[in-house]
Amino acid sequence: MKDQACIVGIGETAYVRRPGSGMSLLRLQLQAAVRAIEDAGLDGARIDGLMPFPNLGSAEAFAANLGCENLRYAATIHMGGAAPVASVEAAATAVIAGIASYVLIPAGWNGYSGARARQTVAADAASMPGGEIARDYYLPHGLTAPPQWYSLMARRHMHEYGTRPEQLGAIAVAMRKHAQLNPRAVMHGRPMSLDDYLASPMLADPYRLFDCCLETDGAAAALVTTPERARDLDKKPVYIMAAASGQPYPADEITNRKDIFKTGLTIAAPEAFARAGIGAADVDFAQIYDCFTFEVLQQIEETGFCKRGEGGAFVEGGRIELGGELPVNTHGGLLSEAHVLGMNHIVEAVRQLRGDAGERQVENAEIGVVTGWGDFGDGSIAVLRR
Amino acid sequence: MAEEDTGYVRPLPELQGFSKDFYEWCRKHELRFQRCSDCGAWRHVPREMCAGCGSWRWEWSRSSGRGSLFTWTVVVRAMHPAFEADVPLAPAVIEMEEGVRLLSQVVDCRPDELEIGMPVEVVFDDVTAEITLPKFRRLRS
Repeated sequence: MKDQACIVGIGETAYVRRPGSGMSLLRLQLQAAVRAIEDAGLDGARIDGLMPFPNLGSAEAFAANLGCENLRYAATIHMGGAAPVASVEAAATAVIAGIASYVLIPAGWNGYSGARARQTVAADAASMPGGEIARDYYLPHGLTAPPQWYSLMARRHMHEYGTRPEQLGAIAVAMRKHAQLNPRAVMHGRPMSLDDYLASPMLADPYRLFDCCLETDGAAAALVTTPERARDLDKKPVYIMAAASGQPYPADEITNRKDIFKTGLTIAAPEAFARAGIGAADVDFAQIYDCFTFEVLQQIEETGFCKRGEGGAFVEGGRIELGGELPVNTHGGLLSEAHVLGMNHIVEAVRQLRGDAGERQVENAEIGVVTGWGDFGDGSIAVLRR
Repeated sequence: MAEEDTGYVRPLPELQGFSKDFYEWCRKHELRFQRCSDCGAWRHVPREMCAGCGSWRWEWSRSSGRGSLFTWTVVVRAMHPAFEADVPLAPAVIEMEEGVRLLSQVVDCRPDELEIGMPVEVVFDDVTAEITLPKFRRLRS
């Protein structure tokens, strides 16, 4: 797989909260899709592969609007927030195998002006990962929302390894700092100190408000093809050195995992690095799915940037900030740029590897990692190079 | 699924399939989990097969009802309207003596009194005429 597929187009809408995008879910994602196609210098008719985000759009609707008359590959990876990066993996295998030539991966939602996270489960218990398990065994006891179910893991990590709130805060502060260098970020112009973090209200102890990602409107998209086809396109390709995905066990139930820190990424990361032929130390930056602060710490450990239990110390002292050893979420992430389902992490990685990240450019960025996390701990990872 | 007769407004399990069996035992104030008839492994949540030995045979075996607190969260801001009057509320993971874990609540402590490893025992909360939820209290030695 190594270097046999690449990303040649990226697109984003504006990322907003109040008053909302003013667009339908489909129109919003189409806007990002069109920008990705234009970025590559391609035509919608050439797109023959589509990988929409689970439950947010159909390949049929995208194809009918974009004029994809010869669609031959349509698939959705059901991994929640791990889906976009897992889709990069699937799209790469599709173009390498020759079952599609140009695969478009769109994702986006009206996460602020549409149904909010706190309303969706109340309206439809089946919308929770685990489905009937959650309905019959979690909801009756008041475990209803993502910050609650993931904070169960965060507390256990604090107990086993002495991880402290200030260390979770260091993650939130780093993302916010990066957002100050990104005019597209919802939190641009709104800096935050560690004291501000510690003063933010508790939502699901140990998670405070500023441990939690934003709820925003916006969409992003990426386009995958082969290096041979990329030669005829506008942009220098960003190569997919490797991509992999995995699931925790059991994936549909969070309380009975023998090792509760073993998630999809625990399986996927070593596989991705082996396929890429590099190690974690060779990575210049990482865009890590940051639904909550502890998930960043946990993914840093499970990706192998440090040992398990050492993530708390790793994220301190500016190590994950621009200029540090491993800049993480240089765009501000879901915590401070916008919650675009992790698609914005892929876009930012490509931008960094093109050298187009402006003020927040990681110097001499050659290799970057993007991760995805979703649905109780499904994981995905892509290792990209310029 | 509010039960009009009791005014109970929180979400309830659906009495279907394995959940029907699990909660029917709870209604009789017995905490039972599936146990493989071949290899003897306990399991929760209920499953069709034993993932360890592949057996399709199992029985509902009675738990000692004792366990310890594995982890918990404290819901300070309700993210489901049905729990707005209940915060702070602490959904907790209990590790049973049999090795299985279940999501429940500890009813006789405030959230700030919870400690990982705290010994607990099951109590039964008859929340409606049909549904009894297994909950926990500190184990009295």
